[in-house]
Parts: sequence; structure tokens; C-alpha cells
Amino acid sequence: MTKSHILRPLMRATAIRAAAPVPLSGLSIPTTSRLTRPLAPLTSTFSQQRYSTHPPNAKLNLPIDYSTTPLLAQTSQSALHNPELPASVRDQPTKRMNLFQAVNDALSIALAEDESVLLFGEDVAFGGVFRCSMKLAETYGGDRVFNTPLSEQGIMGFAIGAAAEGMRPVAEIQFADYVFPAFDQMVNEAAKFRYRDGACGRHVGGLTVRMPCGAVGHGALYHSQSPEALFTHIPGWRVVMPRSPLQAKGLLLAAIRSNDPVVFMEPKVLYRAAVEQVPVAAYELPLSKAEVIKEGTDLTIVSYGQPLYLCLNAIKQAEQDLGISVELVDLRTIYPWDRETIFKSVQKTGRCIVVHESMVNAGVGAEIAAAIQEDPETFVRMEAPVLRLAGWSIPTPLLFEKFNIPDVARIYDGIKKALKY
Amino acid sequence: MKIGLPSIPSTLRGAGPRHVLPSIRTPAITAITANRRLASSLSQRPNSKYVQFPGAVKSAFTNTLSFEQPESHEAMPTYRIVDQNGHVVDPSFKPDLSHEEVIKLYRDMLLVSIMDIIMFDSQRQGRISFYMVSAGEEAVTVGSSSALSKEDVIFCQYREQGVFAQRGFTPKDFMSQLFANKNDPGKGRNMPVHYGSKELNIHTISSPLATQIPHASGAAYALKMQHLHSPSTVPPRVAVVYFGEGAASEGDFHAALNIAATRSCPVIFICRNNGYSISTPVLEQYRGDGIASRGVGYGIETVRVDGNDLWAIREATKRARAMALQDGGRPVLIEALTYRIGHHSTSDDSFAYRARVEVDEWKRRDNPISRLRKWMEAAGVWDEAKEKEAREEIRRTLLKAFQEAEREKKPPIRAMFEDVYEKVTPDIEREIAQLRDLLERYPDEYDVSDFEGGKDSLK
Repeated sequence: MTKSHILRPLMRATAIRAAAPVPLSGLSIPTTSRLTRPLAPLTSTFSQQRYSTHPPNAKLNLPIDYSTTPLLAQTSQSALHNPELPASVRDQPTKRMNLFQAVNDALSIALAEDESVLLFGEDVAFGGVFRCSMKLAETYGGDRVFNTPLSEQGIMGFAIGAAAEGMRPVAEIQFADYVFPAFDQMVNEAAKFRYRDGACGRHVGGLTVRMPCGAVGHGALYHSQSPEALFTHIPGWRVVMPRSPLQAKGLLLAAIRSNDPVVFMEPKVLYRAAVEQVPVAAYELPLSKAEVIKEGTDLTIVSYGQPLYLCLNAIKQAEQDLGISVELVDLRTIYPWDRETIFKSVQKTGRCIVVHESMVNAGVGAEIAAAIQEDPETFVRMEAPVLRLAGWSIPTPLLFEKFNIPDVARIYDGIKKALKY
Repeated sequence: MKIGLPSIPSTLRGAGPRHVLPSIRTPAITAITANRRLASSLSQRPNSKYVQFPGAVKSAFTNTLSFEQPESHEAMPTYRIVDQNGHVVDPSFKPDLSHEEVIKLYRDMLLVSIMDIIMFDSQRQGRISFYMVSAGEEAVTVGSSSALSKEDVIFCQYREQGVFAQRGFTPKDFMSQLFANKNDPGKGRNMPVHYGSKELNIHTISSPLATQIPHASGAAYALKMQHLHSPSTVPPRVAVVYFGEGAASEGDFHAALNIAATRSCPVIFICRNNGYSISTPVLEQYRGDGIASRGVGYGIETVRVDGNDLWAIREATKRARAMALQDGGRPVLIEALTYRIGHHSTSDDSFAYRARVEVDEWKRRDNPISRLRKWMEAAGVWDEAKEKEAREEIRRTLLKAFQEAEREKKPPIRAMFEDVYEKVTPDIEREIAQLRDLLERYPDEYDVSDFEGGKDSLK
């Protein structure tokens, strides 16, 4: 694979500067990296124009302010208020963490509590190109946290073999874009392992595969993809994507402890941008359970991962402009998904929009829309067609990213369309 | 070191890397680099005759431009103990098995060989859907398997019936899987010949080629870790994986050997090189010296063995197992040369791509069963009468198991929905109800009488 030589040094350089103030825009990793600094005195305006400028008169496509969004627990109190946390955890303190630190925390807990947990992948030992495995090799030993050769099919095959013999491997694919060499192992082996072993009872349920996914402002074709819809077409895998540090910790621990193989997709744009109070104790959030983030009566928006922040901004503006009330649901587990919660919400509102970054055709939105129209009790309550707001039917181009993935303006416009129907 | 600086300003060049690099690094990077350097850094010593590049540290400089020629290396030799006539050619060889134990292995080979004929014909009669014979490769599988501990974990490709037989798979076990009846642990989900056994520590076979090879590396790592964690309760074990020379062309072969070497995994890779992958002869499969020559490239100790010689393959596997467990574990590669006497499978007519006379010659002149038989006869432990009696007895046992398995009920229909996940999901529960509803409303369209419990298993 040729990937790392392109973006890895850049990612690494930016990741190392994690202590720096979190940029306001979640859609870009700062471009004034170590690589460019000695060469030419690029003005900050120039670099911002290339990747993260917002037009001066924009009202909708503004930077996401992660420091004030209600999607993140800005205070310890709001973090512990979460009713899904066990009472014992709600008595404990919290700590401010960004998403990579929350992932690191979950991995550390998993390694500490169960010696069958292993952590490996490309460049994991020194801390990972996104810093998710910082200090874990030092703490838990090179036998349990280690680098593999650069081969995704090898990583996956090795993980399956270890899981089949009772270990709980957490394999890392450096970018979701590079999971495809491992697809045969995932589709034909991991997914079918329990099924074909039948009464023998062996399985690879201890297996978790982590992969950074999603757009990052300048990731182009091979550092931006979100292949979750492909995984949802494989019986045997659970597919999870968190939207925040608190979720990442709870869902990742649930994934590692789950006896089914789990694809755990981490929106990399949130690694440093999303910071919130996270309980320090170990806890799980339930798999295959959606979360109603915001109640509403006129329209349901279903999404997952980073676009939820965009949805919330669009909803805020639409509610103000149109005098309506929108319900926002975070799918969290993309497969097997929580139909009940979605159907219940849509039965109430009669309208639904599904938002995701990856291509619209045969995406997650297609499944949700089809399931809604197929469910007799939900179908009869529908007052408008289900709308899918997703990436266009193209690869993720470098320069045109902001025109490709759904943004606040598109979601805002979608809300208007759904309500006008 | 991957944290490189592609563009050092020219004014700073020439002062030497030691001087320049730290001054333009951020403090965080310097700290990380310093730690990593301690572990793996190398530098070129003045006037050294050897390259100190990190990629190949023991490589001598040369001022002659010369490309390494594959032809200049002789083919790796093939180890044998017993020749085609049953004569021992390795003077240091001493049989480590009693006569009874040798006879047991011989009978395992006979069982596989007789089952081949019965099942190949029964597929032709439409009584099972598919079959793959393993004629010509009985010694590779039985011989290697006999050198392992029962706790060692095995991964197969599909032509390893001998491994199952040697480990204790019974005629009933074989037939239950082949007929996909309710005693098949695979619950009728897998094609015939895709055996598996938890008790015998043999993983269930899957059709995709070579996928099992990196599994064996990962399993070996697990076995190593488990022994390290609990040395008093978990014995040292190896993982063993079988595959054909065709499968070795898959990327998974490369991935598996490389990761096994870098992670020091106690795994034995056993390649059955039988000359063909379906219709493709080895000349269209590779141009190097077989599979064995590649092991060395991965830094793996390798041996090539005469796969028609049970004693040689047994001895090589025994030695390989000991080596794999030494010094914290390491992989070993065995390439066993054989010849695929049978068709690739019941879906293949191999005379479309090779001469019948070629096959007949291998059958007649050198096959693993007759070679061991000659050795046993020379040792005075076997004769024509014993041979006849053994063959008849094995055939009777197999036919009895065949008839019983054929009569047995099929697994319950519900089994098709289970084991996708640890628990049946709500999605799948809903689909179970949908299928039940269909079967109830269209009873004439489906015959459920063969299945244990009929449609009631869907309740």
C-alpha cells in the first residue's frame, strides 16, 4: 500500500500538536504543518482559503463550535446525567477528553481488565498515527500492543486466528479507505466463522476492528471514505460509529466485550476537535440501540457520526426560521440497527430525512428509507417521502469536498423540502 | 525512522544530521525520536565493509554489478527416508513407532483411500452433492498429523481427510458431514468435505483458498500468549496449517508467513505441492523453486520433503514442531511434494488437461500407500492376507456409516437462522416468522419432512 507516504507524516505532525488549542472548524486539520513551515512563509489566509474558509455572508455553513455544542458534555454534570450510564459510574468523576483520548482510555481499560485483549496494526506501538494507542505498548507490553507488517489482509487474518483461539484482538486499520484488502477475510471468514462452525461452537466474537473514517477537509480519495454501508451487507458483523468521546469510550468497550465481531469506525475529524467530559470509570453504552438526541414533532432526522453536528446546526436555524420542531436521532449502531426507535420517531413526526457522508446509492439511508416504507404501521403515517442527504455518487475529491458531503445548507434545505411536500 | 524531513533548507545542509535535525524539530518530535532511536537505530561506521542501512544490516558492499540468478541456485533437495521400493535410504533413521502404531497409520491412509472411491461414486449417483478425493496425498496428511500433539490446533484447506482420520474422526463423523444430516456439527450449512471438529482441534474448513494461512499465524500467537500467561496449566502448543501450492499464490500466503516471522509465531506451514491447481500446472503457478524457496525469503526455516514417504513427512513434522516451540516460538515451512492422482473434485474431469497415462504411472509406480505397505512387508508386519482383511473391514465400516448417515434426518430448518450472531437478532427473528408463515400457507410447495421437527422448528 502506498498510502502512508502521502498523508501519514502530515497526520502525525498535526496529531502531535494535540495540546494546541482545538481549531474552531471541525472540517479541517490545520495545514500549517511542520512540512510546510521551513519552505515558505504561507500566509494563514492562503491555507484557510484552500481548506476551511467560510464565505463572509454565510449563515448556515459556519464552523462547528465544538466548545458550545450540546452534543458534547461540556460539564461534568451533563456527562453524568446520561441515564444509560450505570449508577456506579455516575458517582465517579469525569475528565475532559477528546475523541482519540477517549479511544485510548477505552483501550487501556480493556487491556487492563482482560489479558486476552491484544492491540495491533500498522504503527500502533509508538502510539498510532492518530495517537489512539499512546503509551499502551509501554504500559501493557510489546507482546500485547504491537506493530504488524503493512498488510491489511494479514492483520485481519491474524486477528481472526487469534480470536478463534480465545483472544480478544482489537485490530486497527490505519484508514477505513485501506480496509478493502481485508474484505475477503472480513466477509468470508470473520462474518461466517460462528455460522459455519455450528455446534463446534468456535467463533471470532472477541474480534473488534477499529478504523478512522470520514471526511477530514483534505483527505481526498483515500483518506476520507466511510464504507459502513458495505459492512451492513455482511451478516455476522456489528457496525458501530460514535459521535463523541463519551460515546466512543462506552461503545468501544461494549464492542470489545461483545461476543460478536464489531467494525468500530472512528470519525477522524473528531479525534481532536470533539472534546467533552468523559466518565473516568469503565462503562458500556448499548449496541444496536439508537439515541434520541433531541425531541421534536414535525420531522425526524436520522444520522450518525460527525454529520450529527451539522444536522443540529441546520435544525437550530430551521426551527428558528420556520417555527417547527425537529427530532434528531443518532443511530450509533449502523447494523444490526434499532428499527424500533426510528419507527417510533417517524410514526410520531410523519417525515424523515437520513443524513450521511458516504454515497447515497445503496447507502445506509437506502436501507432506512426502505424499511420505513415497508413497515405497515410507519408507512401509513408518512406525510412526505423519506429524503436521503448523502455524498453524491462519486469518489471523494480533494478540492470539491465541501460540495460533495452534506453540509448545514443542504440539510437546512432538505428540512424545508420535507416540510413543504 | 519515518519521521523524516523531506526538505532541509540548503543553508543548513552539510552541517551533518546530528547537528541539524534537532534544531528544527519540535520538542515533542525530538522526544519520541530519541526514544525510538535507542531501540532500533543504526549508523554507518567509517570504512565498514558492510552496509548499515536498516533494511539489510549484514549485506556486504560489492563493486561488481551482478544480479542474483534464480537458476544459479540448485533446486532445494527433497528429504526422504524410504524409497519407492520400501527400502530405507537414510541410515540414521530409526522408526519411533511400534508396529501396531504404524499399522494404525496405514489403516488411516487406507480409510481415506477407500472412502474416496465410495464417495466419488455416490456423488456420481447423486446421493451427495459434491466430493473431493485425496488420492496420492494420504501420507502427507496422516504422517504430519501423527507427529503432532492432540492439543495442537490445525487449519486445513480441504484435501486433508487424512488429518481428520489420524486424529480420530470416525466414519460416522465423515458421513454426517458429507450427508449434512442432523449429526453434522456444521448443521448442514457447509458443502461436503468442509469438515471441522472442536474435540480434535481442527478448525472448520472454508472454501476461500489460503484464508486459513494467516489464521494459523494468529492462532499460533494466541497459543504462545496463553502458554506465557499460564505456563503451569496451558502446555506449549503449535498451530499447523495445510494448503496447496496453488493457494500459495494468494496474498494471504504472503501475509501469513511474513507476520508469523515478525511476531515469532509457533506455526508450521505445510504445503501440499501436488503439481496442479485444478487444471493449472505449476509452471503457470510460479517460476521459482517451488514454495520452499520462498520460506527462506521470509526468514523462515524450511524443508522440502517427499510427500509420498510417510516416514519422511512424519520425521520432518516432528522436528519442525520442536523448532517451532524453541526460543519463544518461530514459524517453520514444510513443502511436501506429491502428485494429485484424482480429479480435482467431482466437478472436474482432469483428463481434459493431463494425460491418463501420466496419472496411471504415478498410481502404479509410486504412491504413498503402496510405499508404506512395502516397508511394512519388508519389516515383516504386513502381508497380502492382512491387507485383504483390512480393506474389507474398512469398506464394511464405511458402508454401514454411509447407510446410517443417509437415513438420518436433516438438521432443523431453524438452524439456518442461528449462529450468525451469538444471539438471534430481532431482524432475524422477524425473518424466521416470515418463513414459517410462508411454509404454513404454501404447504404443498415445500417438503419439510426430512428436516428434524419439520416447520415447527421455526416456532
